[in-house]
Amino acid sequence: MKTYNLKYKKFGEYSILVEWPQIINEKILNNILLFKSELDKKNNVKITSCKTSYNSLLVTYSDHNNKISELKSFYNEIKISKKLKIDKWEIPVCYETEFGKDLNLLEKNLSLTINKIISIHSAKQYTVYNIGFLPGFLYLGGMDERIFHPRKEKPAMNVEKGSVGIGGSQTGIYPNNSPGGWQIIGKTPIDLFDINRNNPCLVKPGDKISFHSISKKEFQLITVQEKSGIYKLKKNNK
Amino acid sequence: MIEVIKPGLYSSIQDKGRFGFENYGVPISGSMDQFSSILSNKIISNNDNDAVMEITMIGPTLKFKTETTISITGADMSPLLNGENINLFKPHIIKNGDILSFGKLKCGLRCYLSVLNGFKTKKIMNSRSMYANITKEFRISKGDILNLESKINSNNTISLNDFEYENHFKGPFIEVYKGPEYEKLSIKQQTNLFNKKFTVSNKNNRMAYQMNEAIENNLDSIITSLVMQGTVQLTPSGEIIVLMRDNQTCGGYPRILQLNESSINKLSQKHMNDRIIFKLI
Repeated sequence: MKTYNLKYKKFGEYSILVEWPQIINEKILNNILLFKSELDKKNNVKITSCKTSYNSLLVTYSDHNNKISELKSFYNEIKISKKLKIDKWEIPVCYETEFGKDLNLLEKNLSLTINKIISIHSAKQYTVYNIGFLPGFLYLGGMDERIFHPRKEKPAMNVEKGSVGIGGSQTGIYPNNSPGGWQIIGKTPIDLFDINRNNPCLVKPGDKISFHSISKKEFQLITVQEKSGIYKLKKNNK
Repeated sequence: MIEVIKPGLYSSIQDKGRFGFENYGVPISGSMDQFSSILSNKIISNNDNDAVMEITMIGPTLKFKTETTISITGADMSPLLNGENINLFKPHIIKNGDILSFGKLKCGLRCYLSVLNGFKTKKIMNSRSMYANITKEFRISKGDILNLESKINSNNTISLNDFEYENHFKGPFIEVYKGPEYEKLSIKQQTNLFNKKFTVSNKNNRMAYQMNEAIENNLDSIITSLVMQGTVQLTPSGEIIVLMRDNQTCGGYPRILQLNESSINKLSQKHMNDRIIFKLI
């Protein structure tokens, strides 16, 4: 796989950082994720951590004797025909102003009706570029620029778990109660990050997310179902 | 088991860390000063990864309801067993009903308490390291009951090299590698990094240590990229932030330096206003 001209840098005692061109796009993301998934398959016990972001992969080893040349040739030998396994998730969101506390502000600032903001937000399919900042916090790309909106000047002290927000050109979901600067437009009853599951985070980098609008009644019903463990989040892997 | 009579300023259970979930935004965590926590385990023949109590600045008061063997390493907080001074770096046999407390902080910032075979708090995602939103609590509180095995062992299997320990607490030198964005700094900025005296600010905790002094900065932010324990970030206003064990897994500030493992341990024992000099490896 010699699609991109990658930069390999030693990073600290035990790690190698691999960098792709500094552009945000899905081709690059998929290339990074393919590299990671092939590395994961090797089950190399010397690798203690392997993580990705928009344009980079960071591999940490348990000792000093790791060679850039080995990682390089591993990448170059990956067959480009390999396909990534990704999931497409449909996340229910209640966009009532009771949850979407900043919808009124956005209506004013964006000169769009609340209904229009909701229909624009829920029409798109978003790509998970990265997970970080907080456990299970998704960095989603692909938002319609009509609903870009700057973050709050002063972060809110407590954003509720499940809140769906807009920060600049990005949208995302707060996986836990936390302070946060994004404009809140709705809330999902789904637990995206649950330590009691075998795999605590349902979504992985590279997956697709779409939001569908639900009423407050549906929100309450799904909350109960989710708590009792009978709610099954919809996957749309066509 | 142990009953927490007083929790101290900030005491938490830690092991070597929580590995394998970083790509979901979960930090590795673990003991801030891994050197001292592993040493504490070795003194009582525990495994390196057995869970210890990390104690910060003001020690807790703990009542043992089981017999066990303990050791304490790291910062000297004048530990007392039933009101009598006890030595650091030595195994101590504990009887049911004994009370461990701490006095004045003499050197360092964090000490490590090991019990035989480690604290048996609940493992979450393969680790007992406390971290907000992953474990139920991120530190211990008054009235907590901490489980441990009832067992004693008085064989001290390790001898200490005093010089190494002296070096661990004293001296301003923090060893670093160049970070991925180091070469983007001007010569003047690079020189400043190594010639300027930095001091630890009051913004220092398990997530990060920020320095009081800033350097001039005109670098742009980078596209959110990957950071690790010991990464030194330069903020838009020129502040120097060293990421510690509970670090966020990614960030958008230029990564100018990277601490080695022993310097992360060393920095963990520094206080507010302690002096730091970065030294290139």
